[in-house]
Amino acid sequence: MGRSVRRDPGSDGAARVSTPLLEVQGLRKAYPGVVANDDVSFSARRGEVHALLGENGAGKSTLVKTVYGLLRPDDGRMQLDGRVYAPASPHDARQAGVAMVFQHFSLFEALDVAENVALGMEVPPPMRELATRIRDVSETYGLPLDPSRLVGTLSAGERQRVEIIRCLLQDPQVLIMDEPTSVLTPQEVAILFETLKRLRAEGKLILYISHKLEEIRALCDWATILRHGKVTGSCDPRQKSARELAETMVGSELALPAARTQDPGEVALSIAGLTAASGAAFGTELKNISLEVRRGEILGIGGVAGNGQDELLAALSGESRSAPDSILLGDLPIGSFGPNERRALGVLAAPEERLGHATAPDMNLIENAALSGRHRMRMVSRGFVNWRKARAHAEHVIKQFDVRVPGAGSVARSLSGGNLQKFVIGREILQQPDVLVVNQPTWGLDAAAAAAIRQSLLDLASQGAAVIVISQDLDELMEISTRFSALNEGRLSEPRDAAGLTLEEIGLMLGGAHDLEIGQGSSGPERAVGPGETVP
Amino acid sequence: MIRLERRPAPSRAWAWATPLLAVLATMVAGGLLFAFLGKDPLLVIRTIFWDPVLGEFAFYYRGQLLVKAGPLILIAIGLSLGFRAGVWNIGAEGQYIMGAICGAAVGLAFYPMEARWLIFPMMVLAGGLGGFLWAMIPGILRTRFNTNEILVSLLLVYVAEQILAWMALGPLRSPDGAGFPGSRNLRHYDAAANHELIAGSGMHWGVVAAFVAVILSHVLLTRHILGFNIRLAGASPRAARFAGVSPGWLVLTCLGVSGALAGLAGLFEVAGPAGQINIDFNVGYGFTAIIVAFLGRLHPVGIMLAGFLMALTYIGGEAAQATLGVPAAAIQAFQGMLLFFLLALDVMTNYRVRVDVRARA
Repeated sequence: MGRSVRRDPGSDGAARVSTPLLEVQGLRKAYPGVVANDDVSFSARRGEVHALLGENGAGKSTLVKTVYGLLRPDDGRMQLDGRVYAPASPHDARQAGVAMVFQHFSLFEALDVAENVALGMEVPPPMRELATRIRDVSETYGLPLDPSRLVGTLSAGERQRVEIIRCLLQDPQVLIMDEPTSVLTPQEVAILFETLKRLRAEGKLILYISHKLEEIRALCDWATILRHGKVTGSCDPRQKSARELAETMVGSELALPAARTQDPGEVALSIAGLTAASGAAFGTELKNISLEVRRGEILGIGGVAGNGQDELLAALSGESRSAPDSILLGDLPIGSFGPNERRALGVLAAPEERLGHATAPDMNLIENAALSGRHRMRMVSRGFVNWRKARAHAEHVIKQFDVRVPGAGSVARSLSGGNLQKFVIGREILQQPDVLVVNQPTWGLDAAAAAAIRQSLLDLASQGAAVIVISQDLDELMEISTRFSALNEGRLSEPRDAAGLTLEEIGLMLGGAHDLEIGQGSSGPERAVGPGETVP
Repeated sequence: MIRLERRPAPSRAWAWATPLLAVLATMVAGGLLFAFLGKDPLLVIRTIFWDPVLGEFAFYYRGQLLVKAGPLILIAIGLSLGFRAGVWNIGAEGQYIMGAICGAAVGLAFYPMEARWLIFPMMVLAGGLGGFLWAMIPGILRTRFNTNEILVSLLLVYVAEQILAWMALGPLRSPDGAGFPGSRNLRHYDAAANHELIAGSGMHWGVVAAFVAVILSHVLLTRHILGFNIRLAGASPRAARFAGVSPGWLVLTCLGVSGALAGLAGLFEVAGPAGQINIDFNVGYGFTAIIVAFLGRLHPVGIMLAGFLMALTYIGGEAAQATLGVPAAAIQAFQGMLLFFLLALDVMTNYRVRVDVRARA
């Protein structure tokens, strides 16, 4: 555990001689039942992109919330620029020059960019002046953004730019970024990285939280690695392989997925010309979706969330119905069938939202096992539920999928994200589906849990099931997909063999090929900007 | 600073303690209320909670306990199924009235035929059906047009009251009543009467139905797939859809069952304790049953106990009115307090209070 990289932070020789801007010493923060941060110490200097790396629940968020004044530590102290730093609130933190971009944006969709920025300021300047300043900052840092656009019309990447610019207007010394790339397309990531590099060149310190190891290797100068609330190591991530980083993070060897099966069988499920309105208020309409998935293969469907992923899952699970022959199981039209009729035929699904969609949060795992397994696992006879069978199914899932939980009687919301997701996926896989559809199967999970889930999907496919994986995580899709396709604004790109795809091709599929023809329009959110190129 | 912190799992201890604490808190706050009204609070509380069961005249009150508790439990059991599923039938009072009107109308239509084996069961059916159909109005409006069943079912109570008044003054008015409002008294018509089964006990068919409903709903909720679907839909509507539960069908089922049970309660009341359809037939059982359902934590056995407790406040309240001159409104406020404290204390099941000792820097 942390064997290779355990060193004293800051004692790593010549690369880190300048005096630290931010110094954290012996920080401790305990919640009931868990110590989120335990004797955490690290230091970070000016002109550095400093990664905080760790699994879910490693204590990264607690740490940066403490730095940002949202939480007060139980013990330990911090220094900023040589002075004692103990922010009682985010207001104090901002005054001291610390700003934070959250993973979830707090923006008003009905207001424009400048108005949103003004709302976050202590003393907003007149609108016209603010708009000019927003334009200046966005040009200086290569963040294309029009201050008069309504936030509701912006993409996720552009919304993040609003948050970043809101921070930059305060001219901070320290900028904290929590999982900034989780909602971005590869092109948007490139723009963001360019901005962060410029900020670094200006001597700012960026605290960068991420799970994505390749990203950290590409961007960060130094990494502090956390595990179970403790610092387990620090290193220069550029000197380490992603695998070494992951090992320090996880503390055990990663299970590398086995090779995928090479020759897929007959078509298990096909969709032809499916068009469906969304049931949700701000949902995305599915437009003329066509696909085929064969036995033994994994069809990976990429794309940024909100482009029809939930709707596609609902159309496949039977939660939303369509014309009978728009979805065929073999030759059988199933478009008008409900979830349980489809389950009976072997079409199973695992939705993205683990709590509240895939499971009922306040019900225990036995009841949640009956939620989707009641018919296929023969838990119901003459209307009465056989709870012994439900318990047996739940316990089987817990055992086979290494769900760490006191017992099957635990309520779903008491499980960590990774454990619950293992339960949700295992619950479907152990019903031996012919077709399994999963949406964001490893979202927010640590590397070990994610690898276990990917492996189980690969195993399922190699046993002859057809698997559709809808995911935002491209690394994941590249790792497990036989064929790849992408959803953009409710349209599905033509599926292609995953082997041999380039990052550019994938980016184009994600952005929707129709964006290409728009070309040089200044408002094109997905337009790639190369290094050093300035956006007009 | 005092904060509420969500518990990782609901507390069982608090789930059990909440109703008891709510009753205690109601006694304290109610005692204050009575004290401000110039009454001796201890005496009023004793009159309400003690005398009807163990006091000098308890022999008279004990029979009343079942008479009052029966309809409360029967209605609350139906409501609890809907409440568990997130279907908010607030109009049980209206369904109760409509059940009574339909059941009584069937009975009166046969007057003076003597075939009890035919007439009484038909009245029971008609009573259930009347409540069921009245509850279908908000049900169908909700599933077809997405109207709010809370508002529709509640407003239909006032429509039902108008129909009740019209029936008492018009179609169902007793021909032998010398022009007074009100139907024939069913208690005097043996083929249609819902008599006490054991003299002086207050036990009638409605009370039997209430106990049967308690048992059946307990089996339904713990063993049957419909009960599971109901609990699932209430716990998480999206998960229920994922499980293949049709939301519309569930809304209709829950409203239908609660309407039918409220209708039955109305029928048993009109054919038994009340005796006749009259303008003042309904006394708010349908609304009080909402409190009963929550006080009983939507659990069948809890509802049974809560039904007896509320029956006690009714009886004791009447006694307090009669002997101590406590206003009727004060008794209603007292019952309302019970629901208020229950819901307020219920927060503790899912949250705990944390006091941060350290002051802000």
